Amino acid sequence: MEHNSKKEIITGSKIILESLIREGVDTIFGYPGGAVLNIYDELLNYKSRIKHVLVRHEQGAAHAADGYARASGKVGVVLVTSGPGATNTITGIATANMDSVPMVIITGQVPTNLIGNDAFQEADTVGITRPCTKHNYLVKDIKDLAKTIKEAFYIASTGRPGPVLIDIPKDITSSVYEFDYPETVELRGYSPTYFGHHVQISKLAAEIVKAKRPLLYIGGGVISSNAANELKELAELLDLPVTSTLMGLGGFPSDHPLFFGMLGMHGTYAANMAISNADFIVAIGARFDDRVTGKVEEFGKNAKFAHIDIDPSSIGKNVKIEIPVVGDVKSVLSSLLEILSNKTEEISSAKYDRLGWLEEINAWKYEHPLLYHMKDVIKPQYVIEKIYELTAGEAVIATEVGQSQMWTAQFYKFKNPRTLLTSGGLGTMGFGFPAAIGAQIACPDKTVFDIAGDGSIQMNIQELATAVQYNLPVKIAIINNNFLGMIRQWQELFYHKRYSFSEMNVNPDFVKLAEAYGAVGLRAKKPDEVVPVIEKALSIKKPVIMDFVVDREESVYPMVAPGSPITGMLLV
Amino acid sequence: MNNINMEKTHILSIHVENESGVLTRVAGLFSARGFNIDSICVAKMLDKNESKMIIATSGDTQILEQITKQLNRLVNVIKVQELTDEDSVVRQTVLIKVNADETTKSDIFRIKDIFGGRVIDVSRNSYTLEATGSERKIESLIDILRPLGIKDIVKTGIIALQRTRKQS
Repeated sequence: MEHNSKKEIITGSKIILESLIREGVDTIFGYPGGAVLNIYDELLNYKSRIKHVLVRHEQGAAHAADGYARASGKVGVVLVTSGPGATNTITGIATANMDSVPMVIITGQVPTNLIGNDAFQEADTVGITRPCTKHNYLVKDIKDLAKTIKEAFYIASTGRPGPVLIDIPKDITSSVYEFDYPETVELRGYSPTYFGHHVQISKLAAEIVKAKRPLLYIGGGVISSNAANELKELAELLDLPVTSTLMGLGGFPSDHPLFFGMLGMHGTYAANMAISNADFIVAIGARFDDRVTGKVEEFGKNAKFAHIDIDPSSIGKNVKIEIPVVGDVKSVLSSLLEILSNKTEEISSAKYDRLGWLEEINAWKYEHPLLYHMKDVIKPQYVIEKIYELTAGEAVIATEVGQSQMWTAQFYKFKNPRTLLTSGGLGTMGFGFPAAIGAQIACPDKTVFDIAGDGSIQMNIQELATAVQYNLPVKIAIINNNFLGMIRQWQELFYHKRYSFSEMNVNPDFVKLAEAYGAVGLRAKKPDEVVPVIEKALSIKKPVIMDFVVDREESVYPMVAPGSPITGMLLV
Repeated sequence: MNNINMEKTHILSIHVENESGVLTRVAGLFSARGFNIDSICVAKMLDKNESKMIIATSGDTQILEQITKQLNRLVNVIKVQELTDEDSVVRQTVLIKVNADETTKSDIFRIKDIFGGRVIDVSRNSYTLEATGSERKIESLIDILRPLGIKDIVKTGIIALQRTRKQS
């Protein structure tokens, strides 16, 4: 190779890896196969600069990269082969797309001359992933390769983040071309709005001071835009009560006196009552999902709405918005705080006027707090409460989907952003464990949990081998009720207890299963065994499965029946 | 589909990058929401790296607004504009093969003249007409020719261009 000013001529495989390094990638999650063998061969030469995590199923790679991205804020990278390799990642890509997680997925493709020939391990990956990616590419010419990778990382990580897939035929990875990584991207059709419109922000500032019963309704956008500090400053400046979606948890400290918990289907009584009685609601990086709003016509029916979001298509989608502000949450909140800094006098009188509103919400909170009744069997909520206490709220918690996810949202008091990793939009069972693996790699010094059900943990249990191989001390807490608990709960409430195929009649012995993989298995069957099991797990520097045998027919409350107003809560 | 009330025809002018797959991306946003595309015309612009799509669709205004926002989200879409009949010129071209004999020939010529069309192919027992105009005009041409016996017909999608506002 020449080392003068001439550009290096290198293989497509090398272009890919050099480009990844230029994007600051140090970890990729992958699984080799025929169409990516050239890339994998080159990868051995990059061992010291790029850590490759070999998963046991491509779906695991996608979720692990997702968990890595959510926990670190960096772009998660996946490398898989064509055909089944690519299709196995679809659930993971769709999960990331729904929750706006930045990811770049590199899939191998059959050689260009075979595309469309029903070649071995061929699938129309770009066609299949078009509706579940932010954008995707098929690289047909090696001269576009570096530019495409540059664009993919740019699109994935800017604006409303999301997964971008690059499909690369095998012949492109073996042919050679000069490597010239572009400094900038040129995309005429893509320019996210970061700075909110000043007029709109001024209006918002005026209304938020004027409102008698204001409320902040925060979502995942607060976390993706790293705006937790600005949000806290805003809430404290005006004494604004805060409620959060599932995705927003951790965006505002859960132990803060202005925080009233999650809203929506399994939200707190106080949060749902506050939404319904507020006169001005500011939605911040949230998207009015049906699980949040319940009957949408009744949602915030006494309130005017402002909505801050980087994605214009999220604004006014389900609810009419009086003050839309398109922009990055962090930037908009900073501008808002600046405008408010000139309104000190109005603010102090406004705060005084609103004391009654805060008292009212606090009264709801004390009237119907989140609770459960202890019995001689283990209550799932108790397990999560104890995990919270024993980790001082500082752990990174991944969840699966269903009852265990909702109890985690209710009973683990998240303090910091990027500490709850959960599939909010797509609701993917099997997400939590691989996501916890990704998070543990991103945050080697943190305690990482996966809070799972006995159903969902089995959807990606094969990744236990990955956790053992890389010595990742992920703690899996299985809330084991031998049921698909949330399904059972719906069948109990809405199908006259006809438990149609929701019982897990046969489960593995999770303790022995852990041991078979070379991990550690622990079990608690009685309430007084819970704390010792968690303490023991925390002391072991290996992957641990904790099998908590819990009350079989416990349900998640409060609960709002789907399509009902969120004030229509079934309480404990 | 909740498009009972506000259903109306909409014309979208969509300026896109001329790349493979763009049409699928755009069409996918419509089909994913159960929206039917009534007609679509796509062609390269002066700059051959760009294309313009004119899509005619009918449905709930609010859902269409959502589709428009989502179109703007597509990386390959440069600009989306909704055109209305009032502020734009809208045209469609039709080719109609109609039965013709000695008794109807002169009628066909007369109708063609009224509609500013042309006869572009002639055989012993049929004429093929070409006509361009608004959708309504094309529909009435078809209605008038129908009694004569239409053997075949093909229509382009509509194309539309915004009018320049008159300087006052």
